[in-house]
Amino acid sequence: MLFGLAVSVTSCFDSKSPNYQFFPNMYQSVGYETYAESDAFNGENQLKGQTAQVPPQGSIKRGFEIYDYENSTAGYELAKLNLKSPLDSISEKEAAKGKELYGIYCAICHGEQGNGKGKLVEREKFLGVPSYADRPVTEGSVFHVITYGLNSMGSHANQLSQHERWLVTDYVLQLKSKL
Amino acid sequence: MKKVGNHNSISRILKFSLALMLTFSIQLFAQDAVTPAPDAAATATPAPSATGDAAAGKALFNAQCAACHKLDAKMTGPALRGVGDKYEKEWLYKWIRNSADLIKSGDERANKVFNEFNKSPMTAFPQLSNADIDNIIAYTMEPVPAPAAVAAVPGGDQGSVQSGGISNEVILGALALVLAMLVVMLFLVNNVLTRIAKANGLEVAKSEKSLPIWKAFAKNQFLVLVTVIFFLLSSAYFVYGWFMQVGVDQGYEPIQPIHYSHRIHAGENGIDCKYCHSAARESKHSNIPSLNVCMNCHKNISEVAESTATPEYSKAFYDGEIQKLYDAVGWDKANQKYTGKTQPVKWVRIHNLPDLVYFNHAQHVTVGGIECQTCHGPVEEMEIMKQHSPLTMGWCINCHRETEVKLKDNEYYKKIHEELSKKYGVEKLTAAQMGGLECGKCHY
Ligand code: HEC
Ligand code: HEC
Ligand code: HEC
Ligand code: HEC
Ligand code: HEC
Ligand code: HEC
Ligand code: HEC
Repeated sequence: MLFGLAVSVTSCFDSKSPNYQFFPNMYQSVGYETYAESDAFNGENQLKGQTAQVPPQGSIKRGFEIYDYENSTAGYELAKLNLKSPLDSISEKEAAKGKELYGIYCAICHGEQGNGKGKLVEREKFLGVPSYADRPVTEGSVFHVITYGLNSMGSHANQLSQHERWLVTDYVLQLKSKL
Repeated sequence: MKKVGNHNSISRILKFSLALMLTFSIQLFAQDAVTPAPDAAATATPAPSATGDAAAGKALFNAQCAACHKLDAKMTGPALRGVGDKYEKEWLYKWIRNSADLIKSGDERANKVFNEFNKSPMTAFPQLSNADIDNIIAYTMEPVPAPAAVAAVPGGDQGSVQSGGISNEVILGALALVLAMLVVMLFLVNNVLTRIAKANGLEVAKSEKSLPIWKAFAKNQFLVLVTVIFFLLSSAYFVYGWFMQVGVDQGYEPIQPIHYSHRIHAGENGIDCKYCHSAARESKHSNIPSLNVCMNCHKNISEVAESTATPEYSKAFYDGEIQKLYDAVGWDKANQKYTGKTQPVKWVRIHNLPDLVYFNHAQHVTVGGIECQTCHGPVEEMEIMKQHSPLTMGWCINCHRETEVKLKDNEYYKKIHEELSKKYGVEKLTAAQMGGLECGKCHY
């Protein structure tokens, strides 16, 4: 009998499915939830069955500045030569932010010092990350590379806003000058 | 009342444990059969090449070429195993030092590969000496290492059991055996003693026939009352406990469409939480990363290392999960191209406050400076993500009462800090004193 009791108690507890809820009248609003499945969007250019949609073509987000260099070798060369940072002076707080962002997004591959020895490289998971010292990079090219990626480095434009990318660019050049 | 999602039936659990036992026993045999193999593989290390130092070549290759080349698979550039046979040394020197020149000079073979790879240029390496290049070529000429034998364990999928469990099992079995023997011995000793006593003419004292214990109990009314109260109280306690956990999903760990392990990513490899959950910095929700973020690394990492596999999850299982990721983003591993056929991944949401509550990540993470782990627990150790905190109102309020607000370096709080610290007569403010207990702050 004890065994039966134990089974009946434990079988009600299952960490793989959610618990009972008590009168969940206001738990779910009529509005759509982030990332949920839904049949709200069924238009021609929309992603069906989900609330996460791609913005309509041609729309730009607030504060966005158009980036004119295209994602190609030619665009990379042009950016390297011509593109200049719009930030003329960076306050101390902003510089600290650049450092923090670099730590989150780049150091895992490029290393804290930018010497190409991040944790993933040390563990031989992700190879071929150069040291900044070995690359003739400029403001423009670093920004370009963060925006579009380069060969096996991916784009980080969706994690970093334009302003943040310029802060990181500045920090990369600081690291390079120290290497 | 309603139940969200469905139950696991007992029969499923039974079936699962049956499967578990089966795979377990298979593994026992498989391990016996397989153990000698790794030695054979280890002895078959390739003979050092006469023309270059493969070890030095490996270091150079990893530092310079691995961004675009792998030995056995196509990446940005072609697979390089065996290039030494494909081209002669002179050609390779020229190509590696400056492939663009060679292409311009109209070399037929150079133009052929260049066109094959959509004219993507290879970096020039004028700094490499002939000896360096020889070393790299020696490395690329090494034979393919024999596939390690561990991968051959059958049934290494979901249900396989730790090999460490075997010794535990043995110990437990031995303990049970000893216990049983003790009981038997006790019984025997008792028998023997009574027999000796009888033989010596001693009368074993017979226990006096008294009232059965339950009758005695029923007669004592005070005792009955106390027990009834005790039972009532304790059942009330359990009922209360059960009611209080209704609607609380602490410990909820659903099966995700891709077995994505925080232990491997955030723990072993130390990837920052915000690399993936980047929206936690500046918005209400902390996003689940879109798949292009995964591809920043997984374009390159198409399989896990041998050493990543655990007794519970084999390498084949993990590789299969990465393949699921590729299927979802539409990445063709063989040709290193996106196919354009995508399939959204239906992650199961774990943390979910009712819609009547307003909770903002940026307020806590960026402004408050609270670590993710304070609320989400030791995520970097979780193989499967689960809800660590109860997410009840009491939990929020408790923390607001206890946690001090970071006022330093925050212009925004300067004035309110002065006023409030005068009002409460304290130097440091908790979130509660700043208004973190007002219903309207958390409820719409
Ligand atoms: C997943 C690993 C990874 C991450 C994360 C990463 N990189 Fe890279 N990065 C690479 C690799 C690999 C290359 C070499 C690309 C090549 O030349 O083929 C590279 C190259 C570069 C270069 C040199 C480009 C050139 O012009 O030669 C710069 C600059 C750079 N990365 C900056 C960054 C910054 C800034 C970040 C953070 C926002 C970052 N990287 C994050 C892997 C990474
Ligand atoms: C920036 C990426 C990149 C790097 C770094 C790189 N390669 Fe390449 N490699 C390529 C590409 C792309 C091709 C295909 C031809 C083309 O499009 O130029 C190629 C082709 C080759 C070939 C011809 C292979 C064949 O089968 O025809 C050899 C050999 C080669 N690379 C060797 C090397 C060596 C050795 C290094 C390191 C010192 C290196 N590569 C570094 C991109 C790269
Ligand atoms: C490589 C990307 C990546 C990194 C790094 C990462 N996560 Fe996640 N996280 C995910 C993905 C993908 C999911 C959804 C799948 C799941 O729930 O297992 C997720 C889910 C979660 C969830 C559950 C979301 C829900 O449904 O309620 C929490 C909480 C979480 N992560 C916290 C963290 C914390 C804390 C860290 C840092 C220690 C971290 N993550 C690092 C990718 C990542
Ligand atoms: C910063 C680099 C990085 C990012 C971003 C990343 N991964 Fe990984 N992933 C790794 C590394 C490193 C391994 C382990 C490889 C090894 O051990 O050999 C791995 C292993 C895996 C595995 C096999 C082990 C497991 O966890 O089951 C899966 C599946 C996986 N990743 C899925 C994902 C998904 C889905 C995402 C996007 C949410 C993602 N990864 C983002 C670096 C990354
Ligand atoms: C103060 C406690 C707290 C902290 C600190 C915190 N979280 Fe959360 N997290 C929550 C709560 C509460 C939810 C449920 C939110 C909801 O349902 O709206 C949640 C939900 C999530 C989710 C699911 C998606 C969503 O937003 O609904 C992810 C992913 C997540 N957190 C990741 C993180 C990461 C990464 C960090 C660190 C940068 C972090 N959290 C820090 C309390 C916290
Ligand atoms: C780990 C402790 C902790 C937990 C748990 C926590 N909070 Fe907070 N919360 C804080 C701190 C600290 C602040 C003050 C941040 C600041 O503004 O500097 C804060 C601020 C807030 C604010 C803004 C208050 C104001 O005065 O503007 C809201 C709203 C809030 N929390 C809601 C919640 C909700 C809802 C939950 C539960 C789901 C929760 N918090 C759980 C620590 C916590
Ligand atoms: C720190 C944030 C916070 C504050 C302040 C707060 N609440 Fe809550 N409240 C919550 C959270 C989170 C829940 C959801 C708990 C759950 O789902 O278990 C909740 C749930 C409730 C519920 C239950 C709703 C239901 O149907 O489940 C009531 C009623 C409630 N709150 C009333 C109040 C009142 C009245 C106040 C003001 C005295 C208040 N709350 C202040 C966070 C807060």
